[in-house]
Amino acid sequence: MSMKQQYGAQKDSYHTQIMIKSTIIMIVCIILTLICLVPIFILLVNATHSHTELAENPSQLWFGSALKENLNILLNKLPDDAGKAVTRVARQYSSVFSVGRGYFNSLIIAGCTTVLTVFFSAMTSYGLTVYDFKVKGPAYTFIIAVMMIPVQVSSAGFVRFMYSLGLINNFIPLIIPAIAAPAVIFFMKSYMKSSFPLEIVEAARIDGCGEFRTFVTIALPMMKPAMAVQAIFAFVANWNNYYTQNMILKNDKMMTVPIMVSKVLQFDKNVNYGVNYLCIMLSILPIVVVYFILSKFIIAGVALGGVKE
Amino acid sequence: MASAAQSRIKSISYAKYGYMFIAPFFLVYCFFQIWPLIYTFILSFKGNQSGNADFVGLDNYTTILFGQGMAAGADNTRQEFLQALGNTFVLWFGNFIPQILLSLLLAVWFTDAKVKLPGKGFFKIVMYMPNIITAASVAALYVNLFGDSEYYFVNSLIANMGGDAIKFVSDPTISKGMVMFIQTWLWFGNTMIMLMSGIMGISPSLFEAADIDGANSTQQFFTITLPLLQPIMVYTLVTSMIGGLQMFDLPYLYHSGANFSRNLETVAVYIYYNFNKGTVEQANYGYAGAASIIIFAITAVLGSITFYMNRDKDEIAKKQQRKRAEKQQKARMKQGGGLTI
Repeated sequence: MSMKQQYGAQKDSYHTQIMIKSTIIMIVCIILTLICLVPIFILLVNATHSHTELAENPSQLWFGSALKENLNILLNKLPDDAGKAVTRVARQYSSVFSVGRGYFNSLIIAGCTTVLTVFFSAMTSYGLTVYDFKVKGPAYTFIIAVMMIPVQVSSAGFVRFMYSLGLINNFIPLIIPAIAAPAVIFFMKSYMKSSFPLEIVEAARIDGCGEFRTFVTIALPMMKPAMAVQAIFAFVANWNNYYTQNMILKNDKMMTVPIMVSKVLQFDKNVNYGVNYLCIMLSILPIVVVYFILSKFIIAGVALGGVKE
Repeated sequence: MASAAQSRIKSISYAKYGYMFIAPFFLVYCFFQIWPLIYTFILSFKGNQSGNADFVGLDNYTTILFGQGMAAGADNTRQEFLQALGNTFVLWFGNFIPQILLSLLLAVWFTDAKVKLPGKGFFKIVMYMPNIITAASVAALYVNLFGDSEYYFVNSLIANMGGDAIKFVSDPTISKGMVMFIQTWLWFGNTMIMLMSGIMGISPSLFEAADIDGANSTQQFFTITLPLLQPIMVYTLVTSMIGGLQMFDLPYLYHSGANFSRNLETVAVYIYYNFNKGTVEQANYGYAGAASIIIFAITAVLGSITFYMNRDKDEIAKKQQRKRAEKQQKARMKQGGGLTI
């Protein structure tokens, strides 16, 4: 009993200390959460207000009722009695920000690049893990060495080369290079090293399975976790890739979502605040929805990338 | 017991399959990356605009670095490039420092077993979210929220409270601060998660031992967490620097269209402006190439630092261990010698 009396006070002060610390951390976290979410929330709110409402009071804090109106302007589906000014605005926005086409183009590019990146990176890392050949060591060293070369460094030569090949306004220069993704290979190779037993390949050989078939039917399914993580990151990176797409795609018909947003941002007349916000909202909506569905998985993937000894 | 099939398989050489499996990577990489890089290198020795076919030696380099050369406006070109280089470092530094401090603090908090924090998973998800949003959309969103006049969200709030409008977009200094803020907003969640996985890789027994010895959390941070986190911190530093050298979307779009100015121009934007000018006869491929190669050189130096650190760590550790063992043995022998006196 005396022990309890003696140590009780100390224990209590320890507990209050922890309590105070936890509360401070909680408050900081809530503030940071607000900083992360408020811009997105305001974006959603403002997308539901008309230009007139936003011009009168730009700091709207709750949802309005003009989402449909803004959408109609963006899709250029105005009623017949619409004024000249609105018609001009609608024509300007719909000529640049064509929702369906933008989603379609971005989806094609991001989808194809993801499949190519994941498949060929798995294949390269399989080749480097399973087989023994002379240039194996130097090849892997090369892949690690070029991992950090930024695209900007070669972009002047890249664009001029694509001009000379006539591949401007073509998806090929955006999709095919995805076959070579050094960072993904690095990740997959370390995954294979830790969780792909080479005996399986030998067993398959004894059973008469061809090398390529072994890779497709045995190795690929075993690498699913690593491939899934890399697929998500590849998809997001390519959906968001403004730099390369903006250099290669000059034609209105080939625009992707990031390019369309940048065009809307660059309007200097007939600007409609509500439609501006709607465009931005539509550009981030798919990726944010997918993010919240897969968030746990994505966070785990980022953490995995952080484990570099 | 090895069967005939097994020994036959052992004798077959599978080397050619190795080449086949890695061939697509190398073909595509050479065609779309290595050749453009070499081509950029060649372009950096060629002229600009209509003179883009002539070799001019090192003229482009001396022009953008020292303002020498025959081209008209050589000094302006130099100033512009050096300003872009300066901007790149200022913007990178201004977002890296707050980002790493904030991420480190959060990572330590989130991994502290003693702190009771409900909703940890939720906080992580929300804090990482900005990182997946299209940078172009982020730039558009912030320009629309922080526009210069009171017709935009933030300045309208300031006006309602009786303040004067702040030029978040057009003011050279404030706009730099905004880009640093947005860049931090985009990346702190990512860095936090990376550092968290680094901290969780540290053996918990170290913290337990420190606890028993009566070390408080500040002492534990400086004597255990920080030293053991060093490799991953260096990795974050270098990748962030290389990322900073390619900073494009945000500074370019934040000052585009009606808000155009060169106050936020980074090297990546500089390169883009020079080669993306109408036809081949109008573009400055020479300057763009030279600037690219300079960036490449900086990246190569930074990259080889991490490469060196990643590769030789085990070797270095082994060497040190060997040396230590030798020393110990020597010390033991000395001690033995001392006893005889």
